Amino acid sequence: MDTPLIEFRDVSKSFGSRTVLNKIDLKIHEGHITTIIGKSGIGKSVLLKHIIGLLAPDEGDILFQGVPLSRMKKSEWDSYRSNISYMFQNNALFDSLTIFDNIALPLRQTTNLNSKEIEKKVMLRVEQTELNEVVYKYPSELSGGMQKRAALARALVTDPEIVLFDEPTTGQDPIRKNAILSMIAQYKRKFNFTAIVISHEIPDIFFISDRIILLWEGKIGFQGTYEEAIELHHPMVDELLYSLEGFQDELTGLLSKQTFRARYETALSRTRKKKTVTAVLFNMNLDILSEALGHTASLEVVKSLGDYINTHLDALGGFSARQSRDQILTILPHVDIEETEEMIEEFSSGLEEKWMAKICVWSSSEDSLKLSIFAGITVASSGEDIESIIDKARNNQKIIASIDCKHWR
Amino acid sequence: MKSLIDKLGNRAIVLINNLGSTAIFFGRGFIMIFRPKQLAPVIHQIYHIGTRSTNIVIMVGFFTGMVLGLQLYYELIKFGSEGVLGAAVALSLIRELGPVLTAIMITARAGSSMTAEIGIQRISEQIDALYTMRIDPIRFLISPRIAASIISFPILTVFFDLVGIVGGYFTGVVLLGVNSGVYIHRVHASVEMVDINGGFIKALVFAIIVSTICCYQGYFTHMRKDSYGAKSVSLSTTSAVVTSCIMILIADYVVTAFLM
Repeated sequence: MDTPLIEFRDVSKSFGSRTVLNKIDLKIHEGHITTIIGKSGIGKSVLLKHIIGLLAPDEGDILFQGVPLSRMKKSEWDSYRSNISYMFQNNALFDSLTIFDNIALPLRQTTNLNSKEIEKKVMLRVEQTELNEVVYKYPSELSGGMQKRAALARALVTDPEIVLFDEPTTGQDPIRKNAILSMIAQYKRKFNFTAIVISHEIPDIFFISDRIILLWEGKIGFQGTYEEAIELHHPMVDELLYSLEGFQDELTGLLSKQTFRARYETALSRTRKKKTVTAVLFNMNLDILSEALGHTASLEVVKSLGDYINTHLDALGGFSARQSRDQILTILPHVDIEETEEMIEEFSSGLEEKWMAKICVWSSSEDSLKLSIFAGITVASSGEDIESIIDKARNNQKIIASIDCKHWR
Repeated sequence: MKSLIDKLGNRAIVLINNLGSTAIFFGRGFIMIFRPKQLAPVIHQIYHIGTRSTNIVIMVGFFTGMVLGLQLYYELIKFGSEGVLGAAVALSLIRELGPVLTAIMITARAGSSMTAEIGIQRISEQIDALYTMRIDPIRFLISPRIAASIISFPILTVFFDLVGIVGGYFTGVVLLGVNSGVYIHRVHASVEMVDINGGFIKALVFAIIVSTICCYQGYFTHMRKDSYGAKSVSLSTTSAVVTSCIMILIADYVVTAFLM
């Protein structure tokens, strides 16, 4: 296997008599979004601060591409540091500087860019984080959410290769929370940086994460993918996931993934004879939408789709949950596949009519937005897990609604 | 007895450690003054430390000169020597009172705000943020303040001295009737370059002491063992002002002893 980008080997850290990290071994791979989860005060931020050198381990080694940080030459250390950016939990914005100056600070101090180039880079980030109206205000004049976005803009302005996010979405409303996560995911694809994120936003954070690391009482409780964590059925992992994930998805108002799983199992057990249920996977391309509408408006679309599905399919005894950033899976225990197909046709014509105006109003760009909503219908039977249902439904996917803002205009 | 010696020993070790780390802190801060991109922040700090302290220094200088004029006049007149009032006021101000009182006034006005500002930046992780952005916090926060203090202290001391001599003139000549020409002549005749240089040297030494102590206290406010958070910033600010004032007086004696 490839050398991990960052590796912790037997790392321990204590503050006085309190051991926060106890012989930790973990690996972070290049190009991945790795999420660190764990209870409050367990040492997640401490772990992150070790990576950037704000804290040094009492014991053990931290390696970057196989080279221990403690044995790096000054030039290697400088080069390592120049590729990392850190977004603080409490934002750490300079309260005597405007938002513009805060974002421009690393460029002014560590690069030789002229003021026009700096302004261009800063304003790009300002637009992406929707801070245009407050760019010349001071941090204390901004809401907590805006301060968070300003800190995010500052962390990304230097185009780093590794970005450490210490609770980037705390204090945000569900739309903005997901907008920030979408932004992280999109930037990660665009610039291919490696992201290490501390977050409690379950399940939203899992939609963008490649790997999760569970920190538990100073040790690594689990490291792997979300699916592996769910499959593991480890009491410690389950306890944490249940405690952090609510019953509802904040963004769409649909069920949380955990609750959905539980409802799915119950629904199957109640179908006495056939032991099958009908499943519909709704899907759209969120990236196209984000490019056209921006992160916040595109999530309004996802939210609105969730509302629409909820309103129409709940009445039939169905239940739904977001399975990824732009996929919603609905289980209809009391409707067979033919009825479902008819119903989806009806559902989709209404969707086109009601939605077109809404989405096209959000799309202010001159380029006309073309968006397709897909749906795949399948039958799920006892013993099938959610992932295989999603795969089956994806194979049956077809366009159920097309929205072209050119025609609307 | 043994525990008393232990305590004294521990205190001595802590003191020596602090002195050592303060010296290293100043050394790093001083060297970083000469790094690129420092001119604008230094000018900014000169405005905060120097320009904005001018009013208070002028006011204190004027009244100090007036009081000196008054006190010395009534002593000198006993010996019929009121003619040397100008020399007495000028030498007292240039050699001692000017540098010392200016330094104490700047400590109270700008030194305390230095500690509080840096202390708040420390506890709100702004200094850590600088580190993560590869901006040396010593270069960015400390060096401009040290440089600005080194530039501002002597200039403000000159203001203090000049305004103090004017204050003495006002009391002695305008209010108490000393001859104007005699006052000015005595000032001119008695003040030598060595007195002015001595005052400058003191102002420079005090600038280094005040800026280093005030920045150090703010920068390491999180290391305090007696308090945390906002409380530690307030204690650091108090400690910075008190320590600076004591060190100004001790340094004044030491420098004077060397100059004499």
